[in-house]
Amino acid sequence: METVARVHARNLVNWAKDKPEVIVLSGDLTSSTEIDLFRDTYPDRFFSMGMAEQNMISFAGGLAREGYTPFIHTFAVFIYRRALDQIAMSVAYPNLRVRLFGFLPGVTTPGGATHQAIDDIAVMRTVPNMTVLETGDATDVESVLDVAQAVNGPVYVRMVRGELPRLFDAAEPMQLNRARVLSTGTDIALLSSGICTEEALRATTVLQKRGVSIQHLHITTHKPFSDPTVLETLQTVRSGIITMENHTILGGLGTEVAEMMAEAGIGKRLIRIGLNDTYIHGASKQYLMREYGLDAAALVRQVESLMNTSLDISEDDLAEVRLATMHSVFRLEAL
Amino acid sequence: MFKLTETAHWQEEVQDVAQRIRMRVLEHTLDQNGGYLSQACSSAEMLATLYTHLMRLGPSQAPALPPPFSGVPSQHHALKISGASYNGPKAPDLDRFIVSPTHYSLAVYAALIEIGRMAPEGLAQFNQDGSTVEMIGGEHSPGIELTSGSFGQAPSQAAGIALARKLRGDSGRVWLFMSDGEFQEGQTWEGFQAMSFYKLDNMWIYVDVNGQQVDGLMSKVMNIEPLDKRLEAFGARVCVVDGHDVEALAAPASIPPDGRPTVILAYTNPSQGIEPLEARKPYLHYVRFKNDEERRVLQEFLEQKRGG
Repeated sequence: METVARVHARNLVNWAKDKPEVIVLSGDLTSSTEIDLFRDTYPDRFFSMGMAEQNMISFAGGLAREGYTPFIHTFAVFIYRRALDQIAMSVAYPNLRVRLFGFLPGVTTPGGATHQAIDDIAVMRTVPNMTVLETGDATDVESVLDVAQAVNGPVYVRMVRGELPRLFDAAEPMQLNRARVLSTGTDIALLSSGICTEEALRATTVLQKRGVSIQHLHITTHKPFSDPTVLETLQTVRSGIITMENHTILGGLGTEVAEMMAEAGIGKRLIRIGLNDTYIHGASKQYLMREYGLDAAALVRQVESLMNTSLDISEDDLAEVRLATMHSVFRLEAL
Repeated sequence: MFKLTETAHWQEEVQDVAQRIRMRVLEHTLDQNGGYLSQACSSAEMLATLYTHLMRLGPSQAPALPPPFSGVPSQHHALKISGASYNGPKAPDLDRFIVSPTHYSLAVYAALIEIGRMAPEGLAQFNQDGSTVEMIGGEHSPGIELTSGSFGQAPSQAAGIALARKLRGDSGRVWLFMSDGEFQEGQTWEGFQAMSFYKLDNMWIYVDVNGQQVDGLMSKVMNIEPLDKRLEAFGARVCVVDGHDVEALAAPASIPPDGRPTVILAYTNPSQGIEPLEARKPYLHYVRFKNDEERRVLQEFLEQKRGG
């Protein structure tokens, strides 16, 4: 599988070429949020706001009222934790076209609890007027800009950066409120988001070889959360549903699915893989995923629990999996 | 546009509007048995000077009688009549007026009435269910451009507006009305830091320094003085004036811009013009009458002022 470095840096510059209304605001993390190339290419449209996030967000509200589309870039925690009242009153209440790009979701940083966004989806989902998106690979990162820019209101984007896998064909862009169908199946529904999708694919590859029929969806839109494909998937599978997210299990993808199931009267088991109402600490992504049960092995254990069987899958089996760039199964076949 | 500056005696007319703002707010507070009365006492000259003498505004774009609340903004609902439309249209050469502490809404409504931008009957809708004439106004409320009742956010938002106007080359100014209590908020200083960094000299900021907040005297709750020195250190141009002296209030606005935002610290008396309130100091944030005697004294005061 192809990996690509600094996707956002180059993509944003190309994308914004013919969009003079798009201006970029940085919270002293210009290289860290991959907007250094934008700064160098369009210095007139780049505004350094320093380490003052409350001001940056309200300031963006003022710019948006005048017809600009501010793209705020900083680490996610400094957006939703530090400046929530500003998000609500300066941006979301007036439904302004501000795009908030939050970096370092969950286990993706060794920066420790201060830098790890473990509850951003939960918080931002409760903000009225806010659209909430999440990226999981290079194609998501490239195509999220069009999705966000088409929304007539504020958008929060959970961003991944650096060396990214290209899980999805570059010709198949992210779509608002549309899950990517990665495999179809009848036993288990698996809904994963962000970096968990790559990890889940390692497990599903092996699980499917062992005869488990899995309908796997990659979720990029947390709000609105009303994709009919998701509902149909939840209704159809036999053994149960698993969600897998790099986020606390309270308020994120697991909760979104639970809410949809409850409202539709779907009485099936739901297992939420994620951070179990806990903070984490500074360590490598691989270590944290294993330690907090977010890895392929954790998924295998939960599938075994749902199927009430042992599948005898070893760590070596999972380690041997080599992923290729995928084409989404656009049309859901009859199950 | 209702403008009083053509006459030789603009000072008298500003003072007259200021006094009428006070009396209208007092009358309303007596009717409602409570209200943000001291804010009108301290800010009356400032609002009157801004509206009748300093700001370059077009005619109101809104109905004189405020429309009912039409719903919160969303993807499916845009405000048809914004509070800012009472301050005239948005145009490159026209000014913008932003009220940061919307707890002053009652004083702003009274000012709009006294200068003919809102019908006097509109005040009957104050704090009524389904009305836009809210107690702590939002961006749908007459004269209010931002939903800025959470302190410290308006300076940053106004700075964003001011930067956008600079980028577009607008000649109009951005007038921001603030109160001193907001300088306890950290974001206020972040906002001034940014205004100064981006050289937003199209920003003119009037601060009602009445020295009081909900819990009492600011010097006892959390000191912000010396405010002029602190603001200067943040890169603002600061003028300190008597907030009830209309000539002193107006003078700084004619100093040419020099790359810095200009802050006019207007020191005021929160019982100015309504002497019976003196006894209640410093607990004047929201005036509620404690007994019939207090109400009777103020009622007689109002009748005496009106009669005389």
